[in-house]
Amino acid sequence: MVEEKDNPPDEAEVEEEQLDLVAAPQTPQGPSEEILVPRYWSMVRGQFNRRFLNRVGLAIILTMVVVALLAPFLANGTPVFVKHQSQIYFPILQTIWPIKKLNLYPELKEVSYKDWEKKGAEVYYTLVPYSYDDYDLNSILMPPDSYHWLGTDEQGRDVLSRLIHGSRISLAVGIVAVAIYVLIGMFFGSLAGYFGGTVDMAVSRLIEIMICFPTFFLILTLVAVLPPSPFYIPLAIGFTGWTGIARLMRGEFLKLRDQDFIVACRAQGMKNRRIIWRHIMPNAISPILVSATFGVASAVLIESSLSFLGFGVQPPTPSWGDLLSQSREFMDIAWWLTIFPGIAIFLTITSYNLVGEGLRDAIDPKLRN
Amino acid sequence: MAAYIVKRLLAMIPTLLGITLLTFLIIKLAPGNPVSLKMQGGEGLKAGQVSQEATDQMLKLYGLKVDLPPEYEAWIGRWTERIHGSDPKDPPHFTRRALKWLGENAIQYKIWITGLAQLDFGRSFKDRRPVLTKIAEALPITLTLNLIEIFLVYFISVPLGVYSALHRESILDKVIMVLLFILYSLPDFWVATLLLMYFAGGDHLNWFPLMGFMSEGAQTYPFWMKLGNIAWHLILPVTVMVYGSFAFLSRFSRANMLEVIRQDYVRTAMAKGLPRRKVIWRHAFRNSLIPLITIMGALLPALLGGSVIIEQIFSIPGMGKLGFESVLARDYPTIMAISTISAVLTLLSLLLADLAYVWVDPRITFRARQE
Repeated sequence: MVEEKDNPPDEAEVEEEQLDLVAAPQTPQGPSEEILVPRYWSMVRGQFNRRFLNRVGLAIILTMVVVALLAPFLANGTPVFVKHQSQIYFPILQTIWPIKKLNLYPELKEVSYKDWEKKGAEVYYTLVPYSYDDYDLNSILMPPDSYHWLGTDEQGRDVLSRLIHGSRISLAVGIVAVAIYVLIGMFFGSLAGYFGGTVDMAVSRLIEIMICFPTFFLILTLVAVLPPSPFYIPLAIGFTGWTGIARLMRGEFLKLRDQDFIVACRAQGMKNRRIIWRHIMPNAISPILVSATFGVASAVLIESSLSFLGFGVQPPTPSWGDLLSQSREFMDIAWWLTIFPGIAIFLTITSYNLVGEGLRDAIDPKLRN
Repeated sequence: MAAYIVKRLLAMIPTLLGITLLTFLIIKLAPGNPVSLKMQGGEGLKAGQVSQEATDQMLKLYGLKVDLPPEYEAWIGRWTERIHGSDPKDPPHFTRRALKWLGENAIQYKIWITGLAQLDFGRSFKDRRPVLTKIAEALPITLTLNLIEIFLVYFISVPLGVYSALHRESILDKVIMVLLFILYSLPDFWVATLLLMYFAGGDHLNWFPLMGFMSEGAQTYPFWMKLGNIAWHLILPVTVMVYGSFAFLSRFSRANMLEVIRQDYVRTAMAKGLPRRKVIWRHAFRNSLIPLITIMGALLPALLGGSVIIEQIFSIPGMGKLGFESVLARDYPTIMAISTISAVLTLLSLLLADLAYVWVDPRITFRARQE
């Protein structure tokens, strides 16, 4: 086969990691295990942190994840804290999913907090005091001001709040899709690379079949077949995107399976499962990590394209792609509707790409000086 | 070599069968069928208003309703009974429905593949025109668009990559990287609408046409005017297609160049006093192009596939638009034809890429590895 010659073995990298892995079992409980095994990753981290842009990218990604996780506490139309007639409430808890079920404050169902505020109650809101589906027909298409920091859309919904909640869908789609296809790809790739022969033949044919599918059509069809739900888009992307990872994994396994340290494992009578998981996988994982980082970026883009074609998540749940495609009608009169979601998508994708690029350089032993 | 090619070509047959069968089943699984969609969309009728008879007749006409052989029906009955204990025909058990569906689709697939063996892709459900004619109309348009795109992308991003590699970690390298990533992360549909609004909308700069591949009646123009007309129509779509691809390709050629520069033979060439320019372009650059061939293998299907989003936004009647509309209308023959043709081309281009690999790099052979 030709593909095997694709990547000549990275001698330096293999030797280095081999050293870690072979050295570790020799001193099973000793301190040297702790020193030797994590050394590789701390070295990668050091290499990664040397470039300023990598750190910026990582910081942006972490911020996005925190924002997505805390979305209901950052942008919510329900107050966080209310003190009314010396009674203390935390109404925000009622809007958050698992607590919603408990029905903490049945007496607050029909309450208008605005009226309470007028009567002298203490009402404190979140940073962005609007939910993503709080429409207000009195303030349609308002440009950014001190109330709506990023303006409002055609139904008077707060753009910032929709962006914050949209980050949940967009990031979840990206991360879940990539997790699915990394798992599938690792499974098939490692099988093909390790066992070779008939298994390799079968898996290679399967990969060829998947590559030949027009991926975008496959996603469209899958999304059309499955009932509309935000969970199916990452599923569709995941089931179509795994071939790259599988090929990568197969190559790594082919490269590693005949190395001396694996032969040594086999000579000791280790089971295949143990060899694959404990000895080959740790050595093959780093290129997968890089590929996955880039994958998240492209999954976010695919999600927004799907939303644009009308196959995205169902309203009123906002996703960035959705916000962007809805803004097209008002592009002429409401620039804030298209600029801010565009910036959000752009920032996310750029950060993932920067981090992926940084990781690749940090992992590559030949670029170390 | 010849034996290898023959082996690969033979291995394509089961792959192709697998691809077409999978595509066939997936598009059949999609909800809705061309008849109900046509009836609803075309005449504003609800599904219930069309009589069952009319629907059945249409389905028969399209070859979507086939009679199962009685032996198979009996076989289904036996199996359903074995699993569920009884076999009601109305409402049928899941097993019965599933087996019936499988049987019907197997027959339809057999009919389709028999047609394919005679290079007959059937007629489109939408306008009853031969599918091949429709593809023959759409293909040149997508090809033109994509050839221009690929030429521009390579022409710009390979030199950029080489420059970045030669000046690694310099300010300009970083600026190029960030700029290209910025371009990559702008969603194409968004940029396309922005461009349309500012350069073709009429409110701002009315420089370019809103849509289409050429003006109406441009078919009859003299050659140069026709060419100019097409170019005028294609500037915006090509811009949108091109800008996002720079990042990947230039990063790729940068990585290749970095790989090559570190090789011993480059050091040797430098050491023996060859001019730097000569070492870089004659020794390093040529070798750094080898991995680009693998990428080339992925190009051919992309050349023919067309970009759904861009053809949709700019209303360019190419392959992407044809495919998208066929998926929406459940125009099975067209979908099948497009996916079969693109599958064949993908397989061929994978093979071509492998052959080109050996051709440019004599160190690689097709002989089996020695154990």
